[in-house]
Amino acid sequence: MKIFKQAPALIAALLLVTTAGTGYAADKPTDPQIAHIAYTAGDLDIKAAKLALEKSKNKSVRAFADDMVRDHQSVNDKALALVKKLGVTPEDNDTSKGLVKQAEGKRAELEKLSGDAFDKAYAQNEVAYHKTVNGALETTLIPSSSNGELKSLLQTGLKVFQGHEKHAEGMVKELK
Amino acid sequence: MRLAFGLAIGLVSLQLPAGARSALAETLVQVKITDLAFSPPEITVHAGDKVEWVNDDFLDHTATATGQDWDVDIAANKSASLQMTKTGTFEYFCRVHPNMTGKIIVVPK
Repeated sequence: MKIFKQAPALIAALLLVTTAGTGYAADKPTDPQIAHIAYTAGDLDIKAAKLALEKSKNKSVRAFADDMVRDHQSVNDKALALVKKLGVTPEDNDTSKGLVKQAEGKRAELEKLSGDAFDKAYAQNEVAYHKTVNGALETTLIPSSSNGELKSLLQTGLKVFQGHEKHAEGMVKELK
Repeated sequence: MRLAFGLAIGLVSLQLPAGARSALAETLVQVKITDLAFSPPEITVHAGDKVEWVNDDFLDHTATATGQDWDVDIAANKSASLQMTKTGTFEYFCRVHPNMTGKIIVVPK
């Protein structure tokens, strides 16, 4: 299944923080790291959407990409306002770095494609990407966050991204 | 004083015969959007009534009928309304976040 080709690398990147070292409790990400991971995940999807807006002529794909830019920007603006309010400085970490590296690889693949092939690959990657990020939010980032407001924003983010995942699934079906 | 006046109007309205209802101004029924959910998720209105979606989220949403009868954009922290002219049961969702769903049952006046 091509759709899940990128998933193992992405899962590995998202789980780096929790699997490195000797145990979950000792290695769970800190709030500054969680904020950085969540922001990075949103930012990478904005970049992917901007690529889609450059390359795609498909109305549904462009509408989806517009939604991704707007929604992820809104969530990231909220996240920035929150870290400022809390006096937290987002901290770069191996998980964020892994996400960026994986996204760069995917971008290089997508840049080579055009027309229907690009649209399908972008749509499939959006399903896989949101699925993996949502899994990480549910199993690691939300349970590990200490601050109540950060946890609440991540929970809202999870609902938003679950919506995106379903929207992307609809787009994949439409493009078949 | 204002409360008593409002209550009096409410009582008068309740005593009106069913047939007199059409003579009154259209009813506005609100659906709140909070934390990516329509609340209440299901409402019943009369044909001619207006449904107003009040978006308390910081994100844009839509109320889109699955049968494509209507499609309403509801900007972040804004409201949008639609007059329900056709009777029937309308399932709807948000185009951007299709995990948000609702239902409007429109009955005759």
